[in-house]
Amino acid sequence: MADEIKQTDEVSRRQFFMRLGLGSLSIAAVGTAAFSYQFLDPNVLYEPSPVVNAGKPDRYPLDSVTLDVNNGIYIIHSQEGYFSLSAVCTHLGCLTAWKQELGIIACPCHGSKFAVSDQGKLKPGDKIEGPAPRPLPWKRIWLNDDGDLLVDRSTDVPPLGRDSFVRV
Amino acid sequence: MAKTGMTKTMDQYFDDLRGTRVWRSIFRSGTGSSTLKRALAIQQNVFLHLFSTKVRVRMLSFSATWYLGTLTLGTFLLLVATGIPLMLYYHPSAPQAYSDTKDLQFVVSSGLFLRNLHRWSAHAMVFLVFAHMFKVFYRGAYRTPREFNWVIGVILLLITLLLSYTGYLLPWDQLAYWAITVGSNIASAVPLIGDKIHFLLLGGNAVNANALLRFYVLHCMILPLTAMFFIAIHFWRIRKDGGLYAHSSEPAVVRANAADNASVASRKEGQ
Repeated sequence: MADEIKQTDEVSRRQFFMRLGLGSLSIAAVGTAAFSYQFLDPNVLYEPSPVVNAGKPDRYPLDSVTLDVNNGIYIIHSQEGYFSLSAVCTHLGCLTAWKQELGIIACPCHGSKFAVSDQGKLKPGDKIEGPAPRPLPWKRIWLNDDGDLLVDRSTDVPPLGRDSFVRV
Repeated sequence: MAKTGMTKTMDQYFDDLRGTRVWRSIFRSGTGSSTLKRALAIQQNVFLHLFSTKVRVRMLSFSATWYLGTLTLGTFLLLVATGIPLMLYYHPSAPQAYSDTKDLQFVVSSGLFLRNLHRWSAHAMVFLVFAHMFKVFYRGAYRTPREFNWVIGVILLLITLLLSYTGYLLPWDQLAYWAITVGSNIASAVPLIGDKIHFLLLGGNAVNANALLRFYVLHCMILPLTAMFFIAIHFWRIRKDGGLYAHSSEPAVVRANAADNASVASRKEGQ
């Protein structure tokens, strides 16, 4: 009897229910994992808007660097026009500071330093020294209908790009 | 019931108490100081049965272990005992967390004491966990058959550090904010899924109200329960792996001793 059963590929009643049970449990486990992941991933965030109103351009004198502490951006008025740099260090997310006496941006946490004006090969935002892996990104900046400068913190633009400046 | 005239000694009062029906209904192993009864008293207690019923007297001396594991458990229990009352005055919400912490410092009776005890115990626990680990490592107590308990110990070390880290955010001051900003950005360095881990850990893109709540739940519920689970296994494994580590119980030493005894026995037989 036992030999006959082995020769055929039939599944015994016990094996069938075993597979059915294990299969159902596996599907339920995958479902639970997916459910948990979706639950932990918030669908709505009550975070501040990435678009910041930086006010009228005449607030920023020529050749000035202004840090907006609350929004984590710099508004820089250079000869080429107005542009915006992220003030969040690309190393571990600390808020950097503008060092007027040195003419650079420096991070207080781990000592990264970034250029603000063109210095030889360095573009504004490029790292001078320190552990930061990437330059400070340029942020999209434009004028709205009221003549206010708006900055979109969620959108990076190419450094020194033609549309990366606002010219008034 | 032994009675010596009018006076009863303290021990006799305890013996009477142990003879009562209520006592006997709770503690099944019975009274007496025989080795069996004392072993049963450990083995039949739900809290003590994780531990060995017998320990070498030598292993109870301070020099054997410096009590580092026990002291670590002591700080953990202190942290639970001080942490639960602190939860009664602390709201894990962005507008209230910082002022609640201030209230605990300056307004709540004994709040300063509880908070400082919690803080110092936390520092002590991290120190003791490392000291315990070094002691175990340099004595070679991690070797066979204790490898698995070393692994459990590493998990407990990570849980201790995570408890420290999640607790750091709760005062919701500048130090906490930037420490968690930096710490959570380190999680982003994980290849491919780093940014997703960062997002799930904080429940958003920046350290915010969601992050505070998530760290609170991790700090007060998930991590302590996980720690207790692994602590239970850690203690139980001490018994299962042959009790506290002693050099004389090393397999090589045991084999050498057995060989010595065998040669002594064979010489005796030869005579």
